[in-house]
Amino acid sequence: MAHEPAHHGAPETVASAEAHVAGGEVHEHPTWHTYKWVALILTVITIVEVWVYYIPAFVASRIFVPALLTMSAVKFVIVVMFYMHLKYDHKLFRALFTGPLIIAMTTIIALMFLFAKLVIRTG
Amino acid sequence: MSTTAVAHAHAGHPPTTTGLDHRKIAIWAFIGSECMLFASLISTYLIYKGRSVTGPFPHEWWCRATKATSAAGPIAGCPAGELFKPILNIPVTSQSTFVLLMSSLAMVLALAAVENNDKPGWAGPGWGGRLLESSKLWLLTTAILGAGFLCYQAYEFTSFIHEGLTIKTNLFGSSFFTLTGFHGAHVTAGVLWLLTLLAIDIKRGLGPRDALLVDISALYWHFVDVVWIAIFTLVYLIR
Amino acid sequence: MATTAAVPTYSGTSEHAETGLWSWLTTVDHKRIAALYLGTSLFWFLIGGIEATIIRAQLAFPNGKVVSAQVFNELFTMHGTTMIFLVVMPLSAAFFNLLIPLQIGARDVAFPRLNAFSYWVYLFGSIFLNVSWFIGSAPDGGWFGYTPLTTLAYSKNLNIDFWVLGLQILGVSSLAAGFNFITTIVNMRAPGMYFMRMPIFTWMAFIVQFLIVLAFPVITIALIFLQFDRFFGTNFYEIAQGGDPLLWQHLFWIFGHPEVYILILPAFGLVSEVLPTFSRKPLFGYPVMVYSGMLIAFLGFGVWAHHMFAVGMGPIADTVFGVTTMLIAIPTGVKIFNWIFTMWGGVLRFTTAMKFAITLVALFTVGGISGVMHASPPADLQQTDTYFIVAHFHYVLVAGSMMGLFAGVYYYFPKFTGRLLDETLGNWHFWLFFIGVNLTFFPMHFSGLYGMPRRIYRYDAGQGWELFNLLSSIGVAFQAVGTIIGFWNFWRSSKVGAIAGADPWGAPTLEWSIPSPPPDYNFATIPTVTSRYPLWDVKSPALTADVPPGVVDRGRGRTPPTIRIPTARELGIPMPNPSIKPLFAALFMTLMFASLIAIHKDKVQLAVALVIVFAGALTASLYAWLLTPLEDEH
Repeated sequence: MAHEPAHHGAPETVASAEAHVAGGEVHEHPTWHTYKWVALILTVITIVEVWVYYIPAFVASRIFVPALLTMSAVKFVIVVMFYMHLKYDHKLFRALFTGPLIIAMTTIIALMFLFAKLVIRTG
Repeated sequence: MSTTAVAHAHAGHPPTTTGLDHRKIAIWAFIGSECMLFASLISTYLIYKGRSVTGPFPHEWWCRATKATSAAGPIAGCPAGELFKPILNIPVTSQSTFVLLMSSLAMVLALAAVENNDKPGWAGPGWGGRLLESSKLWLLTTAILGAGFLCYQAYEFTSFIHEGLTIKTNLFGSSFFTLTGFHGAHVTAGVLWLLTLLAIDIKRGLGPRDALLVDISALYWHFVDVVWIAIFTLVYLIR
Repeated sequence: MATTAAVPTYSGTSEHAETGLWSWLTTVDHKRIAALYLGTSLFWFLIGGIEATIIRAQLAFPNGKVVSAQVFNELFTMHGTTMIFLVVMPLSAAFFNLLIPLQIGARDVAFPRLNAFSYWVYLFGSIFLNVSWFIGSAPDGGWFGYTPLTTLAYSKNLNIDFWVLGLQILGVSSLAAGFNFITTIVNMRAPGMYFMRMPIFTWMAFIVQFLIVLAFPVITIALIFLQFDRFFGTNFYEIAQGGDPLLWQHLFWIFGHPEVYILILPAFGLVSEVLPTFSRKPLFGYPVMVYSGMLIAFLGFGVWAHHMFAVGMGPIADTVFGVTTMLIAIPTGVKIFNWIFTMWGGVLRFTTAMKFAITLVALFTVGGISGVMHASPPADLQQTDTYFIVAHFHYVLVAGSMMGLFAGVYYYFPKFTGRLLDETLGNWHFWLFFIGVNLTFFPMHFSGLYGMPRRIYRYDAGQGWELFNLLSSIGVAFQAVGTIIGFWNFWRSSKVGAIAGADPWGAPTLEWSIPSPPPDYNFATIPTVTSRYPLWDVKSPALTADVPPGVVDRGRGRTPPTIRIPTARELGIPMPNPSIKPLFAALFMTLMFASLIAIHKDKVQLAVALVIVFAGALTASLYAWLLTPLEDEH
């Protein structure tokens, strides 16, 4: 924990100092090219998701739900990692997000079991 | 320690423990909390999926006269005018999903433009670079795309009501309108937030020292986007 | 940062910047907000206590005739709701507000105006909830509000609407405070105040904030469903439409069980401050205390369905939730043993605060053990909805949370006011309350095992319940007298109590290194912390050099010595400006929710108009608030 000497003066100074710290991170932030590729991947996955929705044989198959869940999880993760900068940012933010997310997802899954919604489709 | 040194040590605020801004920690804690909010809404939707006793249904054809439903297609023997299609309109919602995803792209570009506002020419030469440098353009684009998503949602809601699905009709209607309505309310708040930032940008210009203001709004905006990614799959695509 | 700067010699009060009503309405000072929380929650403790007294008067003898069934329903509903949401949570919040910044060496919370907003929302929400008494529609569905009893079909009047809307309003207060305190603890710790050096109270407060921000959204959604069912005719809990009342129970308890830890962990934290001080020993097993607190919170999200064994969830669910519930007893038991080992071999001083704290350790164990009993589904099926359960949760909530919070009041009163509470009155308060609690709640174990159901408003003689009910009712009289003496003590001592120095107890943590009451800026110099117990630490003489040992002046009613403490301006410390805007935002938000009541009176247009007006006013006050800088520019 590096403590700089006390700031002299107004909150403005502090704010700009912090912005400066944030500015230091800017170089690590992805560039336009990364953002462009992420957008492209999101679009492609969305197209694939909608496309498979219209293939009756695929919808009827056992991998339909897992495939869609995986695709949407990939979209979720890349938005969080690249657009929300969680891949580059302070690890505290990662903890503040993933902790609650795990509890939220576990709660959903537990409720699905309790209401007999989570059953393995057998053909 | 000399008197001036004491005075200096007292002046201003001590730096934050982590070196991070308070507001960014608060918004992440808020987003964590929102995970539980949407988890409750999504759980309820999934628990009530397939439990409605009357139509319309999201993915099934249904016949009012015989109360028959079919996921496969039109029901044979259903009197004319009594047969209804599945109510979810996947083509329209795919478009609105795309619009919201693109708004996230515009949002990251707005943040990058604000962060680098003090470095003219940072985005490279030519008109492309100049476009990327305009924080106003990208804030406006994000807000317009967000508003566009809301227009799609308004269209969807009104067409559902015309087809006989209201929040009162059945369990599907109740849980669907509440879940997507909550998401829409979040988008609305986000659009207002973006327009406020745009107004500040027009009034005095947003620069690196304001990057945090845009950063936290961007985090909120992307979170609303990832919630929609989950809703689109769980509500619209999975039958 | 150099910390050898001379800490001003102090004792006595700081210079009051401002007093008067306006200064309280606009305050953003965490200590003043703490005092507001303290006063308001103690007031509601009296109201909740009166409700309990009427309940016990009704049940003292078979076929009681004090109140009707309807009023009885309203009394137990409001007693539970009041004690949980208007007393224990905000009383804990009073300590969060006072202590978190002081214990981590900060000058205020991260968002001072948001903090004021939280308090005003709590105040207006609590008033809104209790207005229902005056129009004869107090909530009557139990504090858990089970559907379908609370749906429109079975509850046609306004009672449940007040409950639903009141809880929504109060939830906003808790959530706002939660984000605020999380940020404060993460980001405003003084240099050297590593996480594993934080006082245990701050640790427990930190954990509780996570419980709050993760549990309250769930009840918010459950209440929204109920609200929509009642106001807009949705089908969430409509059985005829395929809706499932069990959904309410699950969502309620996903919130409700973490809520239990929200109620007890702050008291655990306070006791973990009181016991080391009066044992003159560091807390035994500090890291284990921290980790067990985390484990309790984490497991707290995985045990909710043990409130629902009676609905028949099937053997697998019953087993899973029974096992997780029993698991949670392990970290809790570890805490109990750590407290005992803290006292073991210590130089014990039996002050009133210490007595309350030891009582928590002893009596919470009683409640904890009955809790482990009904972690077992077969045993729970016998005990559920009987007075055995009532005995259990009053042992953990009154003999646990309230004892811990009273320990905190006696311990921290000098820090709040600069004056000590009277020990003689304190002893009367403690012993009468102690006897009362046990006399009231211990016999309930027996009436429960004899089969007396909860929530019945009268019972016939000859079922073996008379003696136990009479004992319980007599116990309430002891509790009432004890509480009145305690409140008299709070009132009187705040005027004429003995003057406390900065550190009347010889306590180890940072909050005792500054004057009592602290100046508005708390710390003239932000301290550098080198250990968990800086004031006991021979390596940090700078922090302790000017702290007078023990009480400065035992004289009663003296005016405090007038040693002048420099003001923030003189020290050049920027302080947040007072603001009335949080109060307006809170007021308009409460009015916006309250307007929804009109829907129930079939005045939908009026309701919509009012909601739009107040939502606009809320938005305007939020913009006015957020666009005004917190501090003057220097």
